[in-house]
Amino acid sequence: MNEPHLHAEDTPDAENALFEARLAAGEKIEPKDWMPERYRQQLIRMMSQHAHSEIVGMLPEGNWITRAPNFRRKKALLAKVQDEAGHGLYLYSATETLGISREELIDQLLSGKAKYSSIFNYPTLTWADIGVIGWFVDGAAIVNQTMLAKASYGPYSRAMVRICKEESFHKKQGFEIIAILCRGTEGQRRMAQDAVDRWWWPTLMMFGPPDEASANSEELMRWKVKTRSNDELRQHFVNMTVAQAHSLGLTVPDPDLEYDEATGDWRFGELDWDEFWEVIKGRGPCNRERMEARRRAHEKGAWVREAAAAYAAKRAAESASVTAG
Amino acid sequence: MSSQDHSDTQWPLWEVFVQPRTGAAHEHAGSVHAPDGELALQNARDVYARRGHAVSLWVVPSDQIVASSPSDQGPFFDPAQDKVYRHPSFYRVDRNFE
Repeated sequence: MNEPHLHAEDTPDAENALFEARLAAGEKIEPKDWMPERYRQQLIRMMSQHAHSEIVGMLPEGNWITRAPNFRRKKALLAKVQDEAGHGLYLYSATETLGISREELIDQLLSGKAKYSSIFNYPTLTWADIGVIGWFVDGAAIVNQTMLAKASYGPYSRAMVRICKEESFHKKQGFEIIAILCRGTEGQRRMAQDAVDRWWWPTLMMFGPPDEASANSEELMRWKVKTRSNDELRQHFVNMTVAQAHSLGLTVPDPDLEYDEATGDWRFGELDWDEFWEVIKGRGPCNRERMEARRRAHEKGAWVREAAAAYAAKRAAESASVTAG
Repeated sequence: MSSQDHSDTQWPLWEVFVQPRTGAAHEHAGSVHAPDGELALQNARDVYARRGHAVSLWVVPSDQIVASSPSDQGPFFDPAQDKVYRHPSFYRVDRNFE
């Protein structure tokens, strides 16, 4: 269904020129439209990474559901983690329109072939981490996804619009957790500051490598999948979040942080890119644990998939025999 | 432990259409995998209607949808292109006429 459709008289060059013209005119590309094979492959890579990130992202937060400090917090956290599952499913569904099957996508995650966001390989040590994840990690995701809601591939763009509408609750519930800790005891305030200190730099790494080292950015921007560079998005996030941290009396763990009057930007220090690449390559604090948890969940869920398939087959046989009788 | 379980199935694909409120049209929202229509509806509810913004859902086996082809877009829709008289703006009437 999603194979490129070529007329005998059309050369790939002509198709490609038409494709580029459509992008230049701001048109969206839909699943059955002709697209360069490289565009298709880049989207499959990027969208499936995004889907896997939503799914693996459930693990660090799921860790605190049973230990949420009260029922209101527990309900909110359950709903948030459930949303992440939903977001993963929107994105798998959108990725499948490019002609890859769900089985392949899941297999790429479980075999370690596909990547997911480096941020989910860090541990959630205290309750304040749940607050900071909502505030920082979902905040950074919103910055990225607001841009991607304008992506040139229709199904990706539509999934992003849907996700953005739901993410703002995630960010607010996280900020609320931290704001309340900051108004609490000295110990609670210290716990909030400690979480900020641990999550700040890994969150800035979520935007990906610096522009000069980003292998895919230029191509993705030319194709209007992305409209802003990694560094631009990172700067936007820093400007927004530093002000929010200061409003709570929290500090950001960066001795080089400095307000630039001329540009209105918060200048920040160098990120530890060695750490970033280590985590990407599978040597972060929790990479192994995350993948083991996903594989275990997949295997333990096998009986559900089998039972549902058996039930569907039985129902189909029954209705066939009723029709025949 | 192997992730290469070839007996694994993710079930057939269903397209999901959501009606956000009575009187509105059902709009395509995305897709779900399910072994049958009943579970497709339940999965669609859990994935596309988590916030009560839905009063009705349709699920349709994806392979049952017949769609026009992008490459035929020009000729297929051409008959409608030169019929400006189907639009009210084609007609010149007194400004006060409603």
